[in-house]
Amino acid sequence: MNISNPEPSGYGEINLKRNLFSPRTLFGLGMSGLAGLFTLMAIVPLFIILSYLITKGVSSLSAAVFTELPPPPLVDGGGFGNAILGTVLMVGIGALISIPLGIMAAIYLSEFNEGKVAEWIRFATNVLSGVPSIIVGVFAYSAIVLTFKSYSAWAGGFALSILMLPIIVRTTDESLKLVPQDVRQASVGIGANQYQTVLQLVLPAALPAIITGITLSIARAAGETAPLLFTALFTQFWPNWDALLVEPTASLAVLVYNFAIVPFKNQQELAWGAAFILVMLVLVTSVISRLATAKRTY
Amino acid sequence: MNDPTPKIEPRSGVERTLDSAFYWSAKLLALAIAGVLVWITIQVAIAAIPAMKEFGIGFISNSSWNPVKNQYGVWPAIYGTVVSSLIALVLSVPIGLGVAIFLSEDYLPPSIQRIIVFLVELLAAVPSVVYGLWGIFVLIPFLKSFTPLTGPGMLPAALILSVMILPTIAAIGRDAITNVDLGLRQAAVGLGATRWETISQIILPAASSGIIGGIMLALGRALGETMAVTMLIGNSNKVDVSVFKPSNTVSSLLANQFAEASGLQIAALMYAALILFFITLVVNVLAQLLVTRLQKI
Repeated sequence: MNISNPEPSGYGEINLKRNLFSPRTLFGLGMSGLAGLFTLMAIVPLFIILSYLITKGVSSLSAAVFTELPPPPLVDGGGFGNAILGTVLMVGIGALISIPLGIMAAIYLSEFNEGKVAEWIRFATNVLSGVPSIIVGVFAYSAIVLTFKSYSAWAGGFALSILMLPIIVRTTDESLKLVPQDVRQASVGIGANQYQTVLQLVLPAALPAIITGITLSIARAAGETAPLLFTALFTQFWPNWDALLVEPTASLAVLVYNFAIVPFKNQQELAWGAAFILVMLVLVTSVISRLATAKRTY
Repeated sequence: MNDPTPKIEPRSGVERTLDSAFYWSAKLLALAIAGVLVWITIQVAIAAIPAMKEFGIGFISNSSWNPVKNQYGVWPAIYGTVVSSLIALVLSVPIGLGVAIFLSEDYLPPSIQRIIVFLVELLAAVPSVVYGLWGIFVLIPFLKSFTPLTGPGMLPAALILSVMILPTIAAIGRDAITNVDLGLRQAAVGLGATRWETISQIILPAASSGIIGGIMLALGRALGETMAVTMLIGNSNKVDVSVFKPSNTVSSLLANQFAEASGLQIAALMYAALILFFITLVVNVLAQLLVTRLQKI
């Protein structure tokens, strides 16, 4: 059989080689280069900020920093022991409120998925996570501080809980959805109740991912400043247990703010030290959670 | 076989009560989250009522903020909020889109790509007050060396804002781009389009609702961002066209004055907070609608 190769008519010579100098190739090369350059520009600030934090922050850290009280202006030494304790206290209060609430809400969203209602609550959660943190502070001020007529660690913790809530709901919701449907069907198949299925099978299976989400929300909350500015305020002293924490309470984040805007060198150095601790907290939890979720397959 | 036939009984009353109690407590707590949003709105609105009665809608256009005479208006703060956010967007939209495209194409091996995605996410995790600290001691002195800037001002605040909102634009943009149906890309390449012809004429238009949603979300962040801006913008309650001059935003007005305010000033600050809350709420709701539409495609 003889198949003749028909000559393409009316097209002339077809060149299938890429012409390196045609405008469309040059446009592509240029845009690729630009996108790469932008990516570089995006991550450079991270390294600049980290390098400053390491050089300035580490040098101002010492054992005393963790145990002593903030120094008055122009006095050497001192630390931010009370601010560390205050941050731990307020993030703890925030976690105590938001973890049970957030996990139960996520259980409703993922396990009792009821179409419209669940969709609306998911939407509300996303909107809540976009509410500016300063507004949450204003809200906590008028809801708690004005009601109890005093700045307190409780008001600060309450404000933080509202910021942690959407993060916990979203991560828990997502980790519950990753648990295979078979687990639930098997459980119901051998006669388990809804609450037995959820509490004894689904929740334990998703627990590592849920804990990761909680850790992330705690790290974020520790760095939040705006909601604490006028709920917990700041103080040079240790938290007062006799007053049941109903008085101004120091925190690392507010300390960074207060000491960054004063002209006193010693206080500025403490601000760098506190900022270093805050960033390390976020950095370490982010890396750990990334490693933990990367390995996770159900 | 000595196994008797299993007895099938309805669940006991206790079990059924427990079950429905569990269901209802989960449902109630989920509804409580939506309730928090409503609570915030009502609480702030009620506290703002005295100022609303006193100043009415003119509060937005009035530019004096005088606690001594009890005269309040938020025009300079609103101007500063909008202008700083817009400058930040102008800077970070092209860069964020560049990152989104670069990290969704196959320029880099997947392992390195994942690391860079993670690094960009970390930018969003750095606390805002740390950005502010860095801005005061590094960025402002640096900018002073070659611009007319003399201290805190609009420019450093907007620059830091652009860094802070970049991860939002990049991450959501990347999600939107990778969600575009692979068939579209294959069809374009099959017709002979180059990589960038595919991106600019097929991928970006298809992903546009998600990308715009991400940009709106970033705008919401920028409008409400407090600490870094408060530390860098100079908090001067004047409208000044120059970006080298100090300015003010609604959130930094709140951060600066709230702790020392009393009486009508608190009500005025609550009114300002309510306006900011309303603006960010609208922006966020629109953004969420766009982004959820993306997930349904």
